[in-house]
Amino acid sequence: MKYVDEYRDADAAAKYAGAIAKLTTRPWTIMEICGGQTHAIVKFGIDELLPAGITLVHGPGCPVCVTPIELIDKAVEIAARPGVIFCSFGDMLRVPGTRQDLLSVKAQGGDVRIVYSPLDALRLAQANPAKEVVFFAVGFETTAPANAMSVYQAQRSGVTNYSILVSHVLVPPAMEAILSSEQNQVQGFLAAGHVCTVMGYTEYEPLAVRYHVPIVVTGFEPLDILQGVYMCVRQLEEGRAEVENQYTRVVKREGNRPAQQIIAEVFEISPRKWRGIGEIPRSGLGLRAPYAAFDAEKRFDIASGAVEESGECISGLIMQGVKKPEQCPAFGTRCTPERPLGAPMVSSEGACAAYYRYRRVTTK
Amino acid sequence: MDFTNGPACPIPISDYPNVLLAHGGGGRLTNQLIARMFLPAFDNPALQAQHDGAVFRVGDASPQLAFSTDSYVIHPLFFPGGDIGSLAVHGTVNDLAMCGARPLYLSAGYIIEEGLPMDTLWRIVQSMQAAARNAGVQIVTGDTKVVDRGKGDGVFINTAGVGIVEHERRITPQSVRPGDALIVNGDIGRHGIAIMAVREGLEFETTIESDSAAVAELVMQLLAENIEVHSLRDLTRGGLASALNEIAGSAGVGVAIEERRVPVRDDVHAACEMLGFDPLYVACEGRFVAFVAPQDAERARAVMRGHPLGADAAIIGTVKADHPGVVMMKSRIGVSRIVDMISGEQLPRIC
Repeated sequence: MKYVDEYRDADAAAKYAGAIAKLTTRPWTIMEICGGQTHAIVKFGIDELLPAGITLVHGPGCPVCVTPIELIDKAVEIAARPGVIFCSFGDMLRVPGTRQDLLSVKAQGGDVRIVYSPLDALRLAQANPAKEVVFFAVGFETTAPANAMSVYQAQRSGVTNYSILVSHVLVPPAMEAILSSEQNQVQGFLAAGHVCTVMGYTEYEPLAVRYHVPIVVTGFEPLDILQGVYMCVRQLEEGRAEVENQYTRVVKREGNRPAQQIIAEVFEISPRKWRGIGEIPRSGLGLRAPYAAFDAEKRFDIASGAVEESGECISGLIMQGVKKPEQCPAFGTRCTPERPLGAPMVSSEGACAAYYRYRRVTTK
Repeated sequence: MDFTNGPACPIPISDYPNVLLAHGGGGRLTNQLIARMFLPAFDNPALQAQHDGAVFRVGDASPQLAFSTDSYVIHPLFFPGGDIGSLAVHGTVNDLAMCGARPLYLSAGYIIEEGLPMDTLWRIVQSMQAAARNAGVQIVTGDTKVVDRGKGDGVFINTAGVGIVEHERRITPQSVRPGDALIVNGDIGRHGIAIMAVREGLEFETTIESDSAAVAELVMQLLAENIEVHSLRDLTRGGLASALNEIAGSAGVGVAIEERRVPVRDDVHAACEMLGFDPLYVACEGRFVAFVAPQDAERARAVMRGHPLGADAAIIGTVKADHPGVVMMKSRIGVSRIVDMISGEQLPRIC
């Protein structure tokens, strides 16, 4: 397949791996931010091609994983109400709340639907004026433009039975939280290519300077990731700390301006709790006052309160790169994709799910 | 254990108080349902073989018969490359063929939703007629039920089939041996993507047509050529990955495949990349994997390639003595990883 197979070529991968090995004089720890990259790394075995000194740790870039359990509980409660059509990206349906997940709500008669775009949810609202249609707006900067657009269009076309349950998070504040933590082991980052497609990468430039850390905007195919690692290691070895762009075929420094404009029109920066990590200031998006009517949390009166998480799940440590999934005592035993203790075991972008699916048996 | 009110439900209510869609998805939850609820409840030797159909004799003098059933609940009823009618014939014919049997007779049970246009039903029946004729089977008995509007999805069809085993080979998962070659009869994942494309209104440069077809004739040819076939499995729900995991588990062997040898059409590959699906898990309805003795592998592929339904047949891997029960795949960049049984429905990802 064109534009995919070229980036999955075994010979080219071996050449890159060799070049990285040649470059590496001492151990380095590099974090890939995005869960999509984590899955590509584990699925294709990219880390096994790297020299022993290079450790890839997996970042918090899994929107499903970082959505707080309180919001899952709210989603479950709203979805179970009569007269509601609850729409979500498929990934969120299996994430365990305190008592149950959205798939179970569906099995018990709730009208829970998988959509590919929030605009599909908006169309459902228009087609079902007697129902309340709620879209679970999770994700990073990548999904924010379409989610914002759905609210913008709903307002412009006078749709009053549509709302979104917002759990939007932002990458740069999370990177800063990781870098400023005492436990931090990360020396270089592969920034998430799709997030940068929307936002560009100027936001990362102050981070690279302040924390003296190389940041390489990286794509998702095996050769993208190998090249990203190569560029990151080269900076580390040369003592540089800059923002570089590996994913030039997609990402521009300034990003996608119209997408940024629609985000800024509908959303504003807000504090946000990250599941497993805790509250990070200015790390999320909430609806601006003129769009408050589309906020599902305001529209539905839901009792909310802090919820105690299973103490056994170490997802926070995993998403900050402090531990790897197989270092969790519950991994593959008390925590499996069917009976997950935490979201990283569920999501198709979760690090634990990647290790469970592709790595349960050592191949060497 | 308290037996006063009958034995306890074998799937504790704390696990799943309600049946989930994933219990019918062909993955791990389906297997759990079968292993914990159905197998112990209906326990008998023919069932324990856990094949696509049961193989047995009716009295000592009888030839071996194969018996299988399947229900078809597909939405939409009509899709590029087929419809629920042709699918209901192909699916059960293929289940019998996977037992190494020549399919002979089918039943057809209809559960029709009140209000279904008569013309729709007629189109489905005509399609079944054509599919049965092409597959060389007769539909010899049937049943019709109509349910209230809203209680069905247009029409559900159940077919059951009987076939005859005309050879002495034991074609079961348990016959698989280390060294066996794995051969698929063509590109995978086309049926599932054809359905998804219609459901989601996705458009590609070309229409992706379902691979739905009856493969019994092709299987009969393999057997007639005296290929040492050890096991056969159709790649329906859960796709190639689930089929291989089921056989690896039942046979207690390891399976190793190579990603670059698994045929996937470009448009299917592209659709999978867009939707976040792995073609290994996408359903086919006219594809199967044959486990064949190593010395017959090349010949088996040649026989398949001589048949229109096997034109793109490929040897995709081998059976191993190590890592029993586990399917490993060498990725395109040359590193091995697990190919797991899918744990639920394949869900579209976020970004």
